[in-house]
Amino acid sequence: METTKLKRVDIIFAMEGIDPIKVVESTIKKDPDTIILEMIDSGLKGRGGAGFPTGLKWKFTRNEDSYDKYVICNADEGEPGTFKDREILDRVPEKVFAGLAICGYTIGAREGFIYLRGEYNFLLPKLNEKLVAFNAGMKKIGLDFTIQMRSGSGAYICGEESALFESMEGKRGEPRNKPPYPTVSGYLGKPTAINNVETLVYAFMISRIGVEKFKEFGTKDSRGSKVFSISGDTPKAGIHELELGMTVQQLVEEFGDGDTKAVQVGGASGGCVPRKLFKDTIIGYEGIPTGGSMMLFNSQRSMYNVLHDYLEFFTEESCGQCTPCRVGCQQLLKGIEAVKRGEKSPSYLDDLKKLARTMKVAAKCGLGQSVANPFVSIVTNFKEEIIY
Amino acid sequence: MNKIKITIDNKPIEVDPGTSLLKAADTVGIKIPTLCYLHLEDLNIENKPGGCRICVVEVAGRRNLAPACATQCLDGMIVRTNTMRVLNARKTVMELILSDHPFDCLICAKSGQCDLQKLAQDLGIREIHYKGEQSHYKEDRSPSIIRDMDKCILCRRCEMMCNDFQTVGALSGINRGFMAVVATAFEQDLVKSPCTYCGQCVAVCPTGALTEVDHTNQIIRLLANPKKTVIVQTAPAVRAALGEEFGLEPGTLVTGKLVSALKQLGFDYVFDTDFAADLTIMEEGTELLKRLTNYLNGDKEESLPILTSCCPAWVNFFEEYFPELNDIPSTARSPQQMFGAIAKTYFADKIGVDRKDLVVVSIMPCLAKKYECQRDEFKVDGNPDVDFSLSTRELAALIKQANIDFLTLPDDDFDSPMGESTGAGVIFGTTGGVIEAAVRTAYELYTGKKLEKIGFEELRGMAGIRQATLDFDGLPINIGIAHGLGNARELLESIKAGTCSFHAIEIMACPGGCIGGGGQPLHHGNSQVIVARQKAIYQEDASKPIRKSHENPYIKKLYDEFLGSPLSEKSHHLLHTRYFDRSKTKVIIKKEQE
Repeated sequence: METTKLKRVDIIFAMEGIDPIKVVESTIKKDPDTIILEMIDSGLKGRGGAGFPTGLKWKFTRNEDSYDKYVICNADEGEPGTFKDREILDRVPEKVFAGLAICGYTIGAREGFIYLRGEYNFLLPKLNEKLVAFNAGMKKIGLDFTIQMRSGSGAYICGEESALFESMEGKRGEPRNKPPYPTVSGYLGKPTAINNVETLVYAFMISRIGVEKFKEFGTKDSRGSKVFSISGDTPKAGIHELELGMTVQQLVEEFGDGDTKAVQVGGASGGCVPRKLFKDTIIGYEGIPTGGSMMLFNSQRSMYNVLHDYLEFFTEESCGQCTPCRVGCQQLLKGIEAVKRGEKSPSYLDDLKKLARTMKVAAKCGLGQSVANPFVSIVTNFKEEIIY
Repeated sequence: MNKIKITIDNKPIEVDPGTSLLKAADTVGIKIPTLCYLHLEDLNIENKPGGCRICVVEVAGRRNLAPACATQCLDGMIVRTNTMRVLNARKTVMELILSDHPFDCLICAKSGQCDLQKLAQDLGIREIHYKGEQSHYKEDRSPSIIRDMDKCILCRRCEMMCNDFQTVGALSGINRGFMAVVATAFEQDLVKSPCTYCGQCVAVCPTGALTEVDHTNQIIRLLANPKKTVIVQTAPAVRAALGEEFGLEPGTLVTGKLVSALKQLGFDYVFDTDFAADLTIMEEGTELLKRLTNYLNGDKEESLPILTSCCPAWVNFFEEYFPELNDIPSTARSPQQMFGAIAKTYFADKIGVDRKDLVVVSIMPCLAKKYECQRDEFKVDGNPDVDFSLSTRELAALIKQANIDFLTLPDDDFDSPMGESTGAGVIFGTTGGVIEAAVRTAYELYTGKKLEKIGFEELRGMAGIRQATLDFDGLPINIGIAHGLGNARELLESIKAGTCSFHAIEIMACPGGCIGGGGQPLHHGNSQVIVARQKAIYQEDASKPIRKSHENPYIKKLYDEFLGSPLSEKSHHLLHTRYFDRSKTKVIIKKEQE
């Protein structure tokens, strides 16, 4: 098992000596295929949580034969416990823009969009102002590429890429059937590369610092570093950029309050790691992948309340389109309430686990499919807390 | 084109690229169950949101299950449709749907015709393991349609019909999560929405969430009332579909049995809306010729095309969305209303009954007719020309309740005088029929010559928008036809943009015309049912001794004895109407702004 030691990294927020427009200018002297090969070689995977190889995504979009293509920055950061994109957009927006421009050049898109979470609208004036300068910069260096802002309206589901397209097209935010994938048919039915905020910044930084430097960090399966949103029972809540590949144990030793009993990795839709598994769980794509949310819970916390909160969240935020998610979330929620009140026997939890597993294979999109992650892990590891 | 090779349940299959797993499986006799999926192939209508998740199957190499309706076959795919994992998922999904569905099946209007009920049986659901909450919504009652959203399973078929096919935009998904439901804008009642009452949402609803307003009990009471003379008219499309309610093949004509049944039910006179359809042709055809002549003579005031006006959902649609075109449609009332107006004047006088004691009932393939007969402009001192409009389905229910064995009924004839009709009246029931009937008469009146060939094949078919140029003895007449309000909108937009020019256009709101109406026996997603009804309509036309409206001897008599001539003052008063700006959406938006 290849692991790394917990190590702080400063790539995302570093600005010293960096002129994003200049980096774009030098990058677009390269052939797009060369950039794609570099991206693939770097091992960069999507930082939104799903972990799809960024180079491949760009390659697939580039290979599509279409005059219109789009690149979209997914800034609909709605996962409970995640707050890194907000910080990135606030502190280093030009690096995000430059990442979009490099991606746009690589795949052959002339338009880029940033889909901003509705609750982050306070960032809009500043971002729009900076965009004017950046777009002018692109014109100056001769790149036919402009970026526009798009604002969400507060629906968690619109962070799902195809629901995001629907929302951008002015429709009800609901996930589409996949395939076709966005690289083939995305925004307005055109090939679209959609990347997380953080991914675009890493892509930009790979252009700046080079593949080899980036590859020095992380493990074989989880290259590079990642921005973590640390919250919960921790004296060091906040944003921390760390090398990938450490164990949960190391994370807890650094950020815990000495009494950590569980870590919820990847937000409400992620899995819950109990203390007994800290040592054996790697934070990375080979272990437990994450969009960056790390919620630490100490022994004072009721895991029933934690799970109840998550289920309430999903029951409200499901788009309501597919049966497993629309009805299933509600059944899981009402189910644990009934067990808690003693109206249902503890064995009912097994029925509910079966239901959650069905949701995992039968729900239409990632939202419904991932409800089983917190449900099964918390119910399995903290069964007594659910029942009593 | 290269064929795609896949395996489903160990059966090798070759299909065209783009074929769904569902269709591919069907070709080898594997029926994957579906619920939200709907495909009216002949009408180019498809709903596959992949939402219900009933049709999920196992695709080798795929982590999760795939919806068969929305997954395309790819070369080399290995698919299993009945593994443990699939069956478990399918049953669990079904249990979830049922866990949020009322259990009043025995008294539900859809019972026996409910797709959900049938599927629950087929899947062998005997127990529901999950007992969470159930959704509760206020019942929404309009003049035509009842929405009971407690029974909605979010298949979104109604939404697809309302938005994509009809472009009416009355219904759409609102709210999120467990609160998600199909509703009108701002959750207003249907009457405050742009709904046209076309009833296509009802026609495709798999459950009892959308049903028609039921008038059968009022009819039973009226038929038992000796003080009332109750007469009935039946629309052309009813005879081509009613048999389906009694197990007959789609497309079986049951005109004679229909008349027998109505007489046994106790109606005092059994008449035919086809008679009024002939009358419509006399008025509308004459109006067409008049406007055409004005136009050809260079009258700048005259704007063509003339649009047909017999479809009440279409009338609602243009009053809502194209009020600026209100002077373009023919002013002729629909056959249902012409019948009512003549019945409560001419016929009431003839039999010496006061209009208040004469009850006119119509049997229609339509739900918008329920609304149409309640319009104020079709009432005299508050007394409507047509008192009740029943759907084909409601008539079937009446027949069953009266212990009438429909299948063994002898054939009977309509009563005189308003039961006599021509083939032209019959074809009103299908898309293209009204304009063909009009052309048969207009041609002979305009040219003074006899038509050599009565059938105009170029006007027939199922394509959503059709056009043909007819030769009126040297004068080319451009005819447009649209069925489905989305197609109508497309045609109207092209007229407004000036990219096409027609002299006359027929528009029907429902797919296939009245034969596919919202009040017809449910087609359960099989568009061949509608195609078969169309065949039956043309078959009835061909078998009629008289096939042109102006040759109907009883119509001639009606003009001689009562109306005078088409477009006479009396005709204007009784048989024509005007249109209003009813754009509710604008009103709502205006209110919001204030």
